[in-house]
Amino acid sequence: MNFPLFKFGFFGDEVSLVLAFVIGIGFGFALERAGFGNARLLAAQFYFTDMRVLKVMFSAIVTAMFGVYFFGLFGILDISLIYTTDTFMLPQVIGGLILGIGFVIGGYCPGTSAVSLATGRIDGLVYFIGVAAGVFVFGELFPLIENFFVSGSMGNVSLPGYFNLSYGFVVFAVAIMALGAFIAAEWGEKKMAKKAEGK
Amino acid sequence: MSVLSDILVSDKHHSEAVSHSPKAYSNPYVTGVALGLVLLAAFVLVGRGLGASGAVSSAVATVVSSVAPEHAKANSFYSSYLGGGTFGLFKDWLVLEVLGVMVGGFLSGILAHRIKRTVEKGPRISVRNRLFFAFIGGGLMGFGAKLARGCTSGQALTGGALLNLGSWAFMMMVFAGAYATAYFVRRLWI
Repeated sequence: MNFPLFKFGFFGDEVSLVLAFVIGIGFGFALERAGFGNARLLAAQFYFTDMRVLKVMFSAIVTAMFGVYFFGLFGILDISLIYTTDTFMLPQVIGGLILGIGFVIGGYCPGTSAVSLATGRIDGLVYFIGVAAGVFVFGELFPLIENFFVSGSMGNVSLPGYFNLSYGFVVFAVAIMALGAFIAAEWGEKKMAKKAEGK
Repeated sequence: MSVLSDILVSDKHHSEAVSHSPKAYSNPYVTGVALGLVLLAAFVLVGRGLGASGAVSSAVATVVSSVAPEHAKANSFYSSYLGGGTFGLFKDWLVLEVLGVMVGGFLSGILAHRIKRTVEKGPRISVRNRLFFAFIGGGLMGFGAKLARGCTSGQALTGGALLNLGSWAFMMMVFAGAYATAYFVRRLWI
């Protein structure tokens, strides 16, 4: 059991910051390759014409999920040492809803707008500034919404823990669900392409 | 299983263009797996996932603190990003990660001839209105991400892969919010 390396003291804060930059480069490179520096392609997800957001997101989630699961199973990765946020159900549900509305109105999320502005898109730059403004408004209102922000605390809870299912079963179920979503997405895109041709 | 073969070769039919025009975007499944491996690298090396909105929070908290130090100190949201003055903005993991995201996006864009000073928008909206809505959308995103303790990177991708309950509830609500709103803002995109 030697991973995560940082948590086992293989390197210090400074190396972890270098890794942050390197990992960020990989992240940004992948997002740009996916077409996520382009708001029109991201927004197309919500009009069923190009389901890239779903395809990329769930391919990534399933890949990392399998990696974590199998490394844990082989005893080389201590999953409990990977940082993840506690669940605060209501704030996260409402936050997700507001964020989703912002996504389709603005066309990006914070990470993709960083790629967008880096590739010259003015709308990405304006969006990124908008995100900072939203965070500032949240910060200024924080004393008023702090009680809501910390409500519905459930601790650090996972899907297997909450539904009392085995870790392996949930991993398998998520993978199957993703595969089903991919097949539905391919089918839906074809359907929409035909509809567009018919016009 | 023609659908399955479509999944594997999806985008191949977007033909390769002439050398200096923008290249077609990559296959979404292949790119998704690559993104998943980057996320996995963050897990096994550093013991944390990806993020984006957290970096913006650190930047905003730092600016507020430099303009109005007492105001920032009294606010537990800002002060949680200031670390009692023991670390600076460029010692923040997510800030460096997001700087990397910009560099990585730029490199990929250069290699594929996709760097272009432009505004991405639908055909029926003016540039001015598009930029106005980009700001509004970004503002909602920033506010929502703080309420949800993370955005698409920190919650959906990271928490999703770790099977975090709140992250999955969050992810469902992101899609619900976006699909519910899509019809009303269709003039922005189609």
